[in-house]
Amino acid sequence: MLSIENVTSAYGRIEVLHGVTLHVDAGEIVSLIGANGAGKTTLMHAISGVQPITGGTIRFEGEPIEQRPAHVRVTFAISQVPEGRQVFEPLSVKDNLRLGAWTRRDADLEPDIARVCALFPMLKTMWKTPAGALSGGQQQMLAIGRALMAKPRLLLLDEPSMGLAPNLVDHVLSVIRALKDDGLTILLVEQNASAALAIADRAYVLETGRVTLSGTAAEIQTDSRVKEAYLGI
Amino acid sequence: MAELLQFVSSGLTVGAIYALVALGFTLIYKASDIINFAQGEFVMLGGMTTVFMTLAGVPLPLAASIAIVATTAIGVALHRFAIEPARGASAVSLIMITIGASIFLRGTAQIVFDRRFHSLPPLLGADPIHFGGAAILPQSLVVLASATVIVTLLWLFIDRTLLGKAVLATAANRLAARLIGIDTRRIVEFSFAISAAIGAIAGILITPIALTSYDVGTLLALKGFAAAMLGGIGSALGAVVGGLLIGMIEAFAAGYLSSNYKDAVAFLIILVVLIFIPQGLFGRAKIERV
Repeated sequence: MLSIENVTSAYGRIEVLHGVTLHVDAGEIVSLIGANGAGKTTLMHAISGVQPITGGTIRFEGEPIEQRPAHVRVTFAISQVPEGRQVFEPLSVKDNLRLGAWTRRDADLEPDIARVCALFPMLKTMWKTPAGALSGGQQQMLAIGRALMAKPRLLLLDEPSMGLAPNLVDHVLSVIRALKDDGLTILLVEQNASAALAIADRAYVLETGRVTLSGTAAEIQTDSRVKEAYLGI
Repeated sequence: MAELLQFVSSGLTVGAIYALVALGFTLIYKASDIINFAQGEFVMLGGMTTVFMTLAGVPLPLAASIAIVATTAIGVALHRFAIEPARGASAVSLIMITIGASIFLRGTAQIVFDRRFHSLPPLLGADPIHFGGAAILPQSLVVLASATVIVTLLWLFIDRTLLGKAVLATAANRLAARLIGIDTRRIVEFSFAISAAIGAIAGILITPIALTSYDVGTLLALKGFAAAMLGGIGSALGAVVGGLLIGMIEAFAAGYLSSNYKDAVAFLIILVVLIFIPQGLFGRAKIERV
């Protein structure tokens, strides 16, 4: 569904992705793990088109998309929950969700809003609250809900567990699994490797801008290097 | 008492114009972090185009409409041909570009129009209305009413339409706005268009009272900027309050001190605001939540 080949990207003259190649098949949860500064977020931004790439190709369902602007990629059904949630703080929960469907604003949004509220019933109770007044966990749920409003087929999740209490991490992970069961394809970036590997089908390890390891989640989990560096066992 | 009333009425009138200019600054700043110093030229273009169209025999309402449309087009062109090609440049460079655009527009206006002062006939006649000993120009009422309508429409647009929310979303978080599929370039362009239109309207409204010429934009931009700073840059409410306050203070300074100091007031206010309340009256300190 998504195939990335040899992608390089730089901030100014400093290259941070040195030829990343990976692919995500339809219906999979693929996890990308790696330390801070490995280039995970840069890669996610590159896929969504908010970070320019300096080389390589990004294909979505066979079509090269690397030349397309970010707002067009959303219409291809690629949606991202960015790192740090990035909700529109002055706007209400309702407006955040409505704006999530910006690219399909002529459509009837009620069924989608109902679906998001079924996943995160808390949102309905804070309907008119400015998103900036929500707790971190609530903002994360809003951010996921907002991304789902675009009706993606591929969902990019960047560190959804960051800064959340352990019980919330479990909740978010169960939601991700439920989304997969609904047929959504997911690329999940996590520093919390054990959480990511628990729900992923396959995984890639990204180190300083290069994929250094790939395999099924089970293989990665038992790899001695990963155990030592990311799982702490 | 009559004197006070007189100063208040003239202060509010010119303050309403400053408020409109400040709103133009605010809109563009919100959407793009750019302080557009060509904002004053939008005001000049609105007034001057209307004047020259009426001189050419076009009826006033049509002339005013053409002036607003033409100024809006220039606002869009400014974004597309001067700001957009420099995308990614630092905010300071972009501000320099707007200063350059301002000089360019002023120079062009001097050639296309002329270097003299011009006026327009007031909409409701020139006979002052006597009220409590003060003589209030009917055009002042036109200015205040129009400014109220513009502010209300703008508020309704931002608060009630999804496009308005998209402008707010772009202002609040550009990255997230792009990630949900908002073409933020178009939003910024749109904010230039609206700001130019508001500027043009302000220019048409004030011309019967304060005259216009190719170079009225400079001072208006600085006063409007002072108003936006005083209100808290980025706050629409602040822009309106700041504009009215500066207009009033200016009118009082001109009346009770000397009209020589009238223009100095705005600059004094900029200095005081920058030193003592850099966030302005309505500007919010950023709140971060984890």
